[in-house]
Amino acid sequence: MNKIIERKMIVPNMHLLTLEAPDIASKVKPGQFVIVRANDEGERIPLSVADWDEEKGTVTIIFMEVGASTGALACLAAGDSVATCVGPLGNETEIGNFGTVMCVGGCYGIGSLYPVVKALKKAGNRVIMVFEARSNYLIYWVDKYIKLADKIFNVTRDGSLGLKGHISRLPDIINGLPNPPDRVIVNGCTFLMARTSEMTRDPSIPTVVNLNPIMIDGTGMCGVCRVTINGKMKFACVDGPEFSGHEVDWKEFLSRRKAYLEEEVLFFRRSEPKQAVHKEGKCQA
Amino acid sequence: MNPEKTEKTSKIDLNRNDMPRQSPEIRRHNFNEVALGYTEEIAVKEAKRCLQCKKPKCKTGCPVEIDIPDFISCIVKGDFSSGIKKLKEKNCLPAVCGRVCPQEAQCESQCILANKKGEVAIGRLERFLADWEAKEGKVDIPTKAKPTGKKIAIVGSGPAGVTVAGDLILLGHEVTIFEALHKAGGVLVYGIPEFRLPKAIVAREVDYIRQLGAKVITDYVVGKTRSIDELLKEFDAVFVGTGAGLPWFMDIPGENLNGVYSANEYLTRMNLMRGYQFPMSSTPVKKHVRVAVVGGGNVAMDSARTALRMGADESRIIYRRSHAELPARLEESENAEEEGVIFNMLTLPVRYIGDENGWLKEIECLKMELGEPDASGRRRPIEIPNSNFRMEMDAVVCAIGNSPNPLVPSTTPGLQTTRRGTLVADQETGKTTKERVWAGGDIVTGAATVILAMGAGRKAARSIHEYLETGKW
Repeated sequence: MNKIIERKMIVPNMHLLTLEAPDIASKVKPGQFVIVRANDEGERIPLSVADWDEEKGTVTIIFMEVGASTGALACLAAGDSVATCVGPLGNETEIGNFGTVMCVGGCYGIGSLYPVVKALKKAGNRVIMVFEARSNYLIYWVDKYIKLADKIFNVTRDGSLGLKGHISRLPDIINGLPNPPDRVIVNGCTFLMARTSEMTRDPSIPTVVNLNPIMIDGTGMCGVCRVTINGKMKFACVDGPEFSGHEVDWKEFLSRRKAYLEEEVLFFRRSEPKQAVHKEGKCQA
Repeated sequence: MNPEKTEKTSKIDLNRNDMPRQSPEIRRHNFNEVALGYTEEIAVKEAKRCLQCKKPKCKTGCPVEIDIPDFISCIVKGDFSSGIKKLKEKNCLPAVCGRVCPQEAQCESQCILANKKGEVAIGRLERFLADWEAKEGKVDIPTKAKPTGKKIAIVGSGPAGVTVAGDLILLGHEVTIFEALHKAGGVLVYGIPEFRLPKAIVAREVDYIRQLGAKVITDYVVGKTRSIDELLKEFDAVFVGTGAGLPWFMDIPGENLNGVYSANEYLTRMNLMRGYQFPMSSTPVKKHVRVAVVGGGNVAMDSARTALRMGADESRIIYRRSHAELPARLEESENAEEEGVIFNMLTLPVRYIGDENGWLKEIECLKMELGEPDASGRRRPIEIPNSNFRMEMDAVVCAIGNSPNPLVPSTTPGLQTTRRGTLVADQETGKTTKERVWAGGDIVTGAATVILAMGAGRKAARSIHEYLETGKW
């Protein structure tokens, strides 16, 4: 049981959750994740850690409400508890002085990149941020990044901020720089990570992705998170979650991510419809 | 003729009392326990068959040295409360062991009546006493020794860890168990299915350890949340019982298709996450029509029988040797067969074939034949060239075994491992190559049985106690 210190919707459908977890807060490193279960009936879901405070003993997660389990998390409020928060799991991001690092974030990845960027800056890197979203109102934490990043680019589908279009506009950004970045780190949805990796393959820029497959235990026991890296089977929970984006079998990864799409729907249909009122992302049913 | 002698001889009843069970047609559709347990009447009748040998060989067949004739004689007298007390002196998990121990290869195989194929049903009697106690609702808490002020950390709440905890707490030490998952019990909760070992029973046994005063901390991954070295700063001794938790795959094409599971995933989803109640539980499970389970051990049987209960039309065991070599307990393979699991023996999967969406569609297999015995003493399976054939399947469960979980060994300097990834530990004491660290169970032996893990736990507890008393490593 971990007490919730704060839960709020920071942009539509995207929630910030701060949990009391002193053991994890004193151990966690950039790139690692925790496994959370909203309640006793809940599924175990892996979520990247977006921030922590060792002194206060808290860990912060940013997640998007997409299905039953994230929905249950989104219904909780400060003072409530989650049944499980276990970690820190997975390996930490490789940090070094690489020169210029481009960090591409979308969705929850804008949050999970934050500790990575902090560590990169501390190690003496120049950091270029690229935020990708459907529209400008879906980009968050810009205030935090302004203090850290050397440059920030935005790509929005509707053109409301920065370049208009998909992440496929990335080469336009890279070509506009005096020198291509020495390394690219991408956090976010599968599409974002796969497309970015595709575009950095030819100029051959080392590209690190943080994979987010389905997991149960997160300690190597169940094997559901297996991915093919350079033709070899790896477990994202213990061998990853970070891999070279150029070595991931993205087609397989995507199809494994979608394995339970139909069942998610079934779960929502199991119960009688409830009269639900949403206020600031909090279910008031 | 001596009349007394005649009477004694006539008392030997060679017919073991059968275990009442759910019928196969009914049980293949539910997750309730298959074996229903002895009634008091049958238990007493069965107990009376014990000859109370002067030198009981059954005891030597028990890894935790239970006083078998003693507890059986209590049943004969109808004194069940003394019986369970006797049993618990040596075994803190009787309800579990009475169900999942391979008694036919241990205590019962040593029974003098085994020569006549009428060995006393020791396991069923053990289970009877444990269930009787639970039904009575009065759990006897033994008196503990004076507090010693010594603290022990136990990593993993499976059978090995729980045994160490139970033994050391009675000796007056302070015990804390760390469990990575959200429920304590290890393989007893995530692995063994409800119909073979109801989760309520495991919960009861873990509760007993809690009532004795052990602290159980779930959702705590030693090796990640804290390292062994950090634990050693706070605790006087550490016991590692992290089990065999890294599933093997076969390294054949198509293993990452959707619909291909490790047995660990398949069973954890169903058991620990209560997937069998989906969609009332939120852990999603697929409705599979044709399921093949690769492997021939107890875990394979558990998976194949779970598939039937989840509504599969067809559930198969694919095993590369023949029936005679099946590593599963006879009782389990018989149960599976009765329930309608189809056995494809002398068959080896070589490739999984998927559809355009990445879902398993077919499996390609080879026929095998048996050659000379190999190192394991079993006849070695040899491929028959060009015998390939395909089967339509929408799910495969790979139940070919596990390696020890590397999380603790890889994060603990000074802990030596073998080539197989198991921890190096002394067989008699459980001492590892690192001072103040003991280990036992599957992490040392590789995947084995519940009772062997408990036996290792008992030995380690003895050695830990000795160290805490003398300070000598």
